[in-house]
Amino acid sequence: MKDKWNVREFLNKTVDALLPLLAVPAALLIGAFLLLIFKVNPLEAYWQLLKGAFGDVSGITQTLVKATPLLLVGLGVCIAFRGGIINIGGEGQFIAGALAATAFSVGLPNLPRFIILPLSLLCGILAGGLWGGLPGILKSRLGVNEILSTVMMNAIAVQLSNFLLRGPMIDPAELEAGTQIAQSALLPKAVWLTKLVPRTLLHSGAIIAVILAVLVFIFLWRTSIGYRIRAVGSNPEAARYAGIPVPFYQALSLILGGVFAGLAGAVEVTGVSHRMLENLSAGYGFSGIVAALFGKLHPLGSIPASILFGALLVGGNKMQRSMQVPSALIDTILGLIVLFVVSADIWSRYRATRRQSHG
Amino acid sequence: MAELFTLPVLFGIIYSGIRLATPYLYASLGETFAQASGVLNLGVDGIMLMGAYTGFFIGMKTGSVWLGLLAAAITGMLMGLLMAFISITLKAEQGISGIGLQLFGLGLSTLLFKLTMGSVESINGFQAIKIPLLGSIPYIGEAFFNHNLLVYGAYLMVPISNFVLNRTTLGLKIRAVGQNPQAADSLGVSVTAVRYLTVSYGGLMAGIAGASLSIALINLFQENITNGMGFIAVALVYFGGWKPTGVLIGSLIFSFVNAFQLWIQVKGINIPSDFAVMLPYILTIAALAFAVKRVAAPAALTKIFERGEN
Repeated sequence: MKDKWNVREFLNKTVDALLPLLAVPAALLIGAFLLLIFKVNPLEAYWQLLKGAFGDVSGITQTLVKATPLLLVGLGVCIAFRGGIINIGGEGQFIAGALAATAFSVGLPNLPRFIILPLSLLCGILAGGLWGGLPGILKSRLGVNEILSTVMMNAIAVQLSNFLLRGPMIDPAELEAGTQIAQSALLPKAVWLTKLVPRTLLHSGAIIAVILAVLVFIFLWRTSIGYRIRAVGSNPEAARYAGIPVPFYQALSLILGGVFAGLAGAVEVTGVSHRMLENLSAGYGFSGIVAALFGKLHPLGSIPASILFGALLVGGNKMQRSMQVPSALIDTILGLIVLFVVSADIWSRYRATRRQSHG
Repeated sequence: MAELFTLPVLFGIIYSGIRLATPYLYASLGETFAQASGVLNLGVDGIMLMGAYTGFFIGMKTGSVWLGLLAAAITGMLMGLLMAFISITLKAEQGISGIGLQLFGLGLSTLLFKLTMGSVESINGFQAIKIPLLGSIPYIGEAFFNHNLLVYGAYLMVPISNFVLNRTTLGLKIRAVGQNPQAADSLGVSVTAVRYLTVSYGGLMAGIAGASLSIALINLFQENITNGMGFIAVALVYFGGWKPTGVLIGSLIFSFVNAFQLWIQVKGINIPSDFAVMLPYILTIAALAFAVKRVAAPAALTKIFERGEN
């Protein structure tokens, strides 16, 4: 009897985990209708998307390069959302992290690699933690809704970045040439992350992200701090009765969310762009949320989810180039996927309550 | 600094401040109804973008800004209905559904803009209407009584919203559903119907808010024209303590600070413009920090209603 029940439980869990997967074809289907309205052959467009993302070494490595910041941001989202905190400040935290890592490594270019690289990443982590920590403290001390404060912090980070990249942090070469493009100086080579495949963009940040995904899994499910974060998230009242200081753990989840987004920014400058650019983030702060949600807010589930969305972004660019389909189609599809995934939750809950009443 | 304190500049700031508050007023007043009934619609920004696009596109194609406005309102209402279906019928987490709706609106409005127009065009939007007599008063007339219809309309919505929320049975039902849905339900008020109504209405107002940008204030459409205004509008609802008059005060403060920083830039005063642009956001965070303690949120805000549950 017991074995049979386990098999059924396993099947139930599998169905629950696979359910969100249906969101992708459903969203692509709606996207196909949109394409049809504008007389674009959706099959051909999606074929270009697939080819762009996985067709050759360059496509696959680019997909993984895009997946890296998505996964890092997504890990922060997993922690924050598990703690019951809706952190949508990933964008600002990412920018803060990238700015800090750039400022540090450009400011102290002569340090040896084994010092400058970890310290630059640490600067990114601290800046991201600060950018998430401020809303965290406002939430725990003054009850300020974190959704709103993190949105404001995003806007502030964008302006701060604009100011720094046009003023104090602008590349001196830009000033000399008089072109005034808003970007920082090139980072010293010592701080560049190692290339994994020569002549591609793929860098060791991808490995860091995967290792961190495993660590976050262990943190959330195998440590007492992680347990408390999840307890606060799933039922703050019960957690309070159990003597867990709820505001503290809420602030902590926001800080950790910021830490990972900040690291994502630092990894992006040291791994890909090698300088701070105006639009470095390109919406990773938001697509990271999509990736994490799609991975069922599970750090390990976020790995394939990030690769999938990395592929959508890379393939979307290819589709734009070869078919003149605006890449905004990808944003639309991402939005639809979020809507489908949250909507599909009702079936998982329904099945769970039915299981309970049967058991 | 002294050049900021001349009469023309001061009234210029007042004029811009009154204008700039328009989209925030429409969006926040609509969102006030949704939140008062217990639904946080975080997708306002996405709805505004779709409203701005359809308002502009229909206005341009038909040559009638009124048809544009109507199209924006309908689009907004449909997106509100979508949000209602997802968050009320399918009981999805409201914050996350809102993010999805925002991404969807941003993506779709950009996609449609690129496919149907391709480049930024401008339109003859709603024209300023000078109110007789009052509009002729020096300075004051120009600042207060020389705006277009959508601007006047936004301010007119404040007493109307106030009246509906506080003086009508419908308003009572809305607030009851937001404070204690179980009790309202047991008294025979349909929680679902009330919330569908408020969220669709909030969507309709967000659609108009978007159109007020594209066919009455800026008179053009471009990618991501709202640039996060919808999120500010949601914040203003919190700031205003879920009351229309509070929302009015919040919108005015936010817009006057914005108008002030615009004039700082116009006058070429030596403050980096990036910091000036930051000012309203910093102010909003500060305001939220102090506003929250004054009034309590609707007790059922963001909570999913399950019938027969205690």
